[in-house]
Amino acid sequence: MSKIKCQCGHENPFGTVLCEKCGRPLTDEAKKSEMVDMRYEGSARRSQTYKKSVIDKIWNFFSSVKIGVSIIIAVLTTSAIGTIFPQKFYVPVSGNDPSEYLEYYERLYGTVGKLYYQLGFYDMYNSWWFKILIGMLGTSIIIASLDRVIPLYKSLTKQRTKRHPSFMKRQRIYGESDVSDSDESLKNAEKALKDLHYKVKVEDGAILAEKNRFGRWGPYVNHTGLIIFLLGVLMRGIPGFYVDETMWIREGETREIPGAPGYLLENVDFSVETYSQGEADEVFGEALEKNGAIVSEFKSDVKLYKEKEGSLPGSSDVEFMKEYPIIVNKPLKFDGYSIFQMDYKTGELKTMTFSLMNKKTEQSVGEFTVDLNEPAKEYDLGNGTSIELMEYFADYDGIVDGQPSSKSPIPNNPAFIFNMKTPEHPDGEKSFVAIRQTLEVEPNDYEAKFLSAETRDASGLTIRKDKTLYILLLGGIVFMIGVIQGSYWQHRRIWIQKGSGSEMIIAGHTNKNWYTLKKDLDKVKEVATLPAYTDKQDKEAVIDTTEGETK
Amino acid sequence: MAKMDKKKKRLFIRGAILLVLAAAIVFALTSKKETKVLAVGDKAPNFELQDMNGKKVKLSDYEGQGVFLNFWGTWCPPCKKEMPYIEKHFKEFTNKGVQVLSVNIAESEFKVNTFIDQYGLTFPVLIDKNKSVSRNSYNVVPLPTTMLIDKNGVIKQIVTREMSEAEIVSLMESIQPE
Repeated sequence: MSKIKCQCGHENPFGTVLCEKCGRPLTDEAKKSEMVDMRYEGSARRSQTYKKSVIDKIWNFFSSVKIGVSIIIAVLTTSAIGTIFPQKFYVPVSGNDPSEYLEYYERLYGTVGKLYYQLGFYDMYNSWWFKILIGMLGTSIIIASLDRVIPLYKSLTKQRTKRHPSFMKRQRIYGESDVSDSDESLKNAEKALKDLHYKVKVEDGAILAEKNRFGRWGPYVNHTGLIIFLLGVLMRGIPGFYVDETMWIREGETREIPGAPGYLLENVDFSVETYSQGEADEVFGEALEKNGAIVSEFKSDVKLYKEKEGSLPGSSDVEFMKEYPIIVNKPLKFDGYSIFQMDYKTGELKTMTFSLMNKKTEQSVGEFTVDLNEPAKEYDLGNGTSIELMEYFADYDGIVDGQPSSKSPIPNNPAFIFNMKTPEHPDGEKSFVAIRQTLEVEPNDYEAKFLSAETRDASGLTIRKDKTLYILLLGGIVFMIGVIQGSYWQHRRIWIQKGSGSEMIIAGHTNKNWYTLKKDLDKVKEVATLPAYTDKQDKEAVIDTTEGETK
Repeated sequence: MAKMDKKKKRLFIRGAILLVLAAAIVFALTSKKETKVLAVGDKAPNFELQDMNGKKVKLSDYEGQGVFLNFWGTWCPPCKKEMPYIEKHFKEFTNKGVQVLSVNIAESEFKVNTFIDQYGLTFPVLIDKNKSVSRNSYNVVPLPTTMLIDKNGVIKQIVTREMSEAEIVSLMESIQPE
């Protein structure tokens, strides 16, 4: 039941329209028609099997071009929707509070924005249904291609030189008539076709001339490229293949690099340089006058360290790798990673310098500087005078539960409790010192007076690594090769054979560009006596409408 | 029969291709680009930090014991509240095979020392200077965060808020090796 036997003796798979070997029409529809559909050579698509299991049913679903096109439309539509409002990634909401996101979309875009959020379009490209859609697209491309390329390949390799007249008659280009010497005509035609670079096969009074079969594989090469591309994207999910992280690092800090385990970065210095009025030429000088300072360079001087082989996270056992100035577009590169300069913050307090004053004489007995990130316990001013740091609050937040407290470890609002030891007061006088505020338990003879502060900057860096880049590039190249292959090479075939008596028949087929096929035929006819042919569609304007296969 | 074989073969090939494609989709859905967050049941990542005397302490030093791993900061109010309770019970549990390790996140020695003096802490306090342990290995976000690690080095529980005295005791008991 599952095979169709042709009159020529060849057994064709179920669903075959034209016999793979001789080309006889096999279905009633094909037998009745004037002209046969040559798509996939009239071969059976693999999905058209007779009995169906569940796996066959799924297979057939994805094999369908209609389903494939529907999936493409769905992907295009949803992708377009995703560009209407900013995606979650670009929304300036800190933390991961859903209500804040909802509030953001509603505030900016009203009810539509709210709906956009609720339908999940705000993080569309990471949503499960979008990923499934892309997965279905990939599945459809693979299965639909396999189902078509294998039978097409088989029928093109199995095709016989001598076709049945019923096949010839149903080609778009066809002609028959009596000629005086058919053997002579065949011989001349063979030579002429060879001169036109056709591959010519001769068998039993029949010629099959073929050119550029290679072009038929274009769509499948193109699909292979797409699959490679999708595979590359998929590989981004494998740990170590794709990293896209950000880090903030203050001057003087050493931090492990997020996404690059085992590597540490020290921010030695961050600087911003601007163009100066003097060195700019006329044109730029004018621009500077108009706009004020224009930045010429953002730079982070960094040192890269690596944890020694086999050492554990947190270990101080690190080795120095290199020193590098990161500027915009000149990232620090190591081991496949690139670290880019992206952002900066200035003005965080780093040190505070105080002067110890004798209140009565208003004389300074010495100065000391507190490093706000690594304060010392004791500051010796000499001559029996020293300052003991008793308490330090980086981000002073008033008295909580009867104790002075700090609300963060960042020196936004430093406060200190100093014990000032002087020759007059060897046990010290205690003083609470905050910005613009000094508190004393009892009136002191001395006070720590704020003199000056130093600030430090922080660099915002981005860490990138992408091992899939070359795979994506390969996919793109293969994709383009497929497009070119399918667009610029046309598969042309010309059949010439002897009919009954002195009759000769010719037929021709190409997957596109019929005009050139006819021109080739005319050239052959100049040399060999052949029957006149007709183009059944005869309008040069409607050239490509019959070929769905090449898109 | 050859025909049956062919059919079986076809079914097999189709099934295999569909399976691979389904696996690819499942992989795409499950693989996350975000940093990995530790979960209960994971093996606690090993680390090496220095205590306040400069002695190197490794998590793996306490293999076979339960580890009460507490991440904290001097400026964090709930940390201040739970510290005295931890101090109160830690000695008793040390004898029962439960060790307390407290990791301060990148603060100055001065701050940590003042804190230790103020609360009279006697258990090991480690400073994670480069945030390699707290940020990259353990991905600690809120403070305090406490990880309960059993004698096999497996995380039994993760507490990301302040603990009461009773809770601390029962949590320490939960990781006590038999």
